[in-house]
Amino acid sequence: MAGTGTALVGVKRAGARGIIYALATFFALFAALPFAWMIITVFKQNTDLYTRTNNPFLFNEPPTLGNIDLLVTQTKYLTFVGNTLLVAAAVVLITVVATVPAAYSLTRLAGRWGESLGIGIFLVYLVPPTLLFIPLSRIVADVGLNNSRWSMVLVYPTFTIPFCTWLLMGFFKSIPWDIEEQAMIDGYSRLGAIWRTVIPISVPGILTVVVFAFALTLHEFVYALAFVSSSAGKTISVGVTTELIRGDVFFWQALMAAAVIVAIPIALLYNLFLDRFIAGFTLGAVKG
Amino acid sequence: MSTIAATPPPETRERRYLLDREGVLGPLMLLPAVVYIIALVGFPLGLAIAYSLSDVTIGDQGLDWVGFRNFVDVAKNGTFQKALRNTFLFTLASQVLVLTLANILALVLSSDFKGKRLVRFLILLPWTTPIALGAIGWLWLLDSVYSPIDWVLRQVNLLGPGTIFGPRGNMYWTAKADLAQLSVLLIHTWRTLPLATVILLAGLTAIPQDVKDAANVDGAGFWRQLIYIRIPLLLPIMAVATLFGMVFTFTDMTVVYVLTRGGPIDNTQVLASWAYFKGIEGGNLAQGAAIAMFLFPVLVGVAVLMLRMARRTETT
Amino acid sequence: MAVVETRGLVKQFGEGAAAVDGIDLASADGEFLVLLGPSGCGKTTLLRMIGGLEPPTAGDVLIGGRVVTNLPPRARQIAMVFQSYALYPHMSVANNIAFPLKAAKVPKAEQEKKVAWAAGILGIEGLLDRRPRQLSGGQRQRVALARALVREPNVFLLDEPLSNLDAQRRASARDELQGFQRRVGTTTIYVTHDQVEAMGMGDRIAVINQGRIRQLGTPREIYDDPADTFVATFLGSPPMNLIPRNGHLLGFRPEHVAPRQMLEGAGGDLVPIHFLATREEYLGAERLVYGEVEGAKAVARFPSTVDVPAEPGRGYEFAVLARDLKRFDAATGLRVAGPA
Repeated sequence: MAGTGTALVGVKRAGARGIIYALATFFALFAALPFAWMIITVFKQNTDLYTRTNNPFLFNEPPTLGNIDLLVTQTKYLTFVGNTLLVAAAVVLITVVATVPAAYSLTRLAGRWGESLGIGIFLVYLVPPTLLFIPLSRIVADVGLNNSRWSMVLVYPTFTIPFCTWLLMGFFKSIPWDIEEQAMIDGYSRLGAIWRTVIPISVPGILTVVVFAFALTLHEFVYALAFVSSSAGKTISVGVTTELIRGDVFFWQALMAAAVIVAIPIALLYNLFLDRFIAGFTLGAVKG
Repeated sequence: MSTIAATPPPETRERRYLLDREGVLGPLMLLPAVVYIIALVGFPLGLAIAYSLSDVTIGDQGLDWVGFRNFVDVAKNGTFQKALRNTFLFTLASQVLVLTLANILALVLSSDFKGKRLVRFLILLPWTTPIALGAIGWLWLLDSVYSPIDWVLRQVNLLGPGTIFGPRGNMYWTAKADLAQLSVLLIHTWRTLPLATVILLAGLTAIPQDVKDAANVDGAGFWRQLIYIRIPLLLPIMAVATLFGMVFTFTDMTVVYVLTRGGPIDNTQVLASWAYFKGIEGGNLAQGAAIAMFLFPVLVGVAVLMLRMARRTETT
Repeated sequence: MAVVETRGLVKQFGEGAAAVDGIDLASADGEFLVLLGPSGCGKTTLLRMIGGLEPPTAGDVLIGGRVVTNLPPRARQIAMVFQSYALYPHMSVANNIAFPLKAAKVPKAEQEKKVAWAAGILGIEGLLDRRPRQLSGGQRQRVALARALVREPNVFLLDEPLSNLDAQRRASARDELQGFQRRVGTTTIYVTHDQVEAMGMGDRIAVINQGRIRQLGTPREIYDDPADTFVATFLGSPPMNLIPRNGHLLGFRPEHVAPRQMLEGAGGDLVPIHFLATREEYLGAERLVYGEVEGAKAVARFPSTVDVPAEPGRGYEFAVLARDLKRFDAATGLRVAGPA
């Protein structure tokens, strides 16, 4: 009796295992197939890629690094990368400077209103660029930033600040009030206490803000498309999609290289900070 | 004790300790963020409404009041109906798909198996990749001549002369109306699935172990536990995941812009992309703003729902 | 050293009853003053207002005769030890202790001397390089005390500093803490809900309930002459028995109950008590006999060394010395003067 029972459980287990592996494989393929195709493409020679009868998933001719070389030397890709990094660095700076005091104020100084106000600010994150890009393009032109990288520096904090304030609020809430009150007892002003205790203890939280302000900047497309039309000022997202497929000439391998080079590092960054990111998105419905 | 003797007069004392007062410091620290949001979200939002009620163009920046004429003009346009239908179609269909798939995927990822970290990494890729670059990848995957999907279909004799997908050797994914719509729909599903999955996964792992233990002790099997424990406990978090997915899909123009530019013949046009083409490329700022305004009611609805969710999680 | 004084201090959070409802309190110089009360009675809020962490709704706080009500904590020359000890997790023990000195811009060499001095007093010289998370509860407490001591404050404010220690460690910590306070002689205000801590360490105790001081006095006064039924029943375990009689409440401590003949030689008037025993608890050093007196629940406590018959279900003729009987007004709960 017992023997057949456990055997049955064993068969069931094996079946469940099989289903899990099958599903995991299916979903992994669905998610990663475009990337696999992109990565294979990067290293293909033209004659290999553009022969319709070739198996597209194999290297019918030896792989080449020539496409990456082309991307770096023959296109403005490095300019786009430089622009993106500049914009991202400035946006990160503005975001941190605005977010840290705001999140502190909302968690510590605003009392009962803090949480509601925090949610209100978070909802601003949901106001989409597609609703605002038309009036903002006018504002950007009025302040003389049309076609300039600084237009993005000006506008991107409108979505990084709400999101990161919310993230940081969650972080500040986990720091006991005692610590900063102790610092005030020990002879520091409130600002001194924040600077010497709250900020050093929150370094991981501030790092999260840095990462996500950076990532959100890299993700942005609509504002960049609407504000900047000269190739000298474009970021990666817009530069790659508009400059490398001009007319009928598609530099597919270079294009894919441009995309993959950005996608993989961001994915790694996200994975490192995923838990904090999710904590923000679950609106506190999940208590970790 | 010497400090006692050296007490400064009350007035300077007040000023010196002004920043120690919560009522002063609190608003002051909040100010930069709030000013930023008011100046560059609140004000433009008002401007967008003003634009939609005026005749402003890129050539003539003057704001002349025209009432609801833009909305009437836009609504009469045949493209509007297509864009409106597509916006809702893409959003609702993709989110139904996402919700179904995310539940399955979260269950898979909540069990232990070899290579789980790798699978999780791969599954997250569509979400972590900037959407414009992801869409470029799809554009190449769905290429009208060199699509590897077409190649596979040809190999298994589903495509080509005398097969069910027709005599030509390619599907022309982005050139046929129905296939183009399907493609956009799939890309939205592909892109928002990871977010919904990780949110659900967080919810799953947050179900207390003693609840699961109690269910096991009570002899509840997999399906019973799924229906009576997991799904009810996950409902609020599912709602959160779906609301985010809806906002991101509903307001997105990037996928359509990169993949089809709204074509063929506006058959994949959505409100957001049409607003861009009209407002920025076409130069008719007023009509562009009016089109974008149609997104507004839905966003307000979502915001209200989110506020309710957050309130509820606060009180429990 | 300094005297701490509060005048009509009120704290109101939102609507509803005030957390602190008009407290006038003055410590003596160098005194160990305990604020004792149940949780939520306002004692911690009172301490936080004295420390400057909570602005009062009304009233004033004076330290050393100076009104400090509107001054931030740093301008008050006080030290405070929190329940959690609030050690800075990102600093070593030495830096934790030196932190108040850095605020006061004390020269580096002087800082080191003072840290060594404070660490010596608390016996933690060997821990100076550690991080707070590497310390035990008792060690953390000492680091917190050293940090409080190092700037030689006018006043120590202690908020339940022993509640995070296990029961065994707590007894020796009481001893150390009181010895420490006697040595440095700094006015200390100590918040606790534990009557053993209060009785054992306090020079005086302020019993607080619902935001008001019910009684202020030495441990002996508080225990032997409670001002009202709250104080009478909050202190002592089991608490004072209260028996309604003639519109008053008669109060007597369980240990004051004895068989009549045993008290007859004690010298003093006796008040007879008919005690109906219902249950007995043997606790080793003593016995608790639960029962009823004139329909009200009552407890008697007998040392195990004395053989008193008390079988459940039977009535006994016990008595209490008249001087051990307290009378309270049945309506207000306040103590009523005069004999029982």
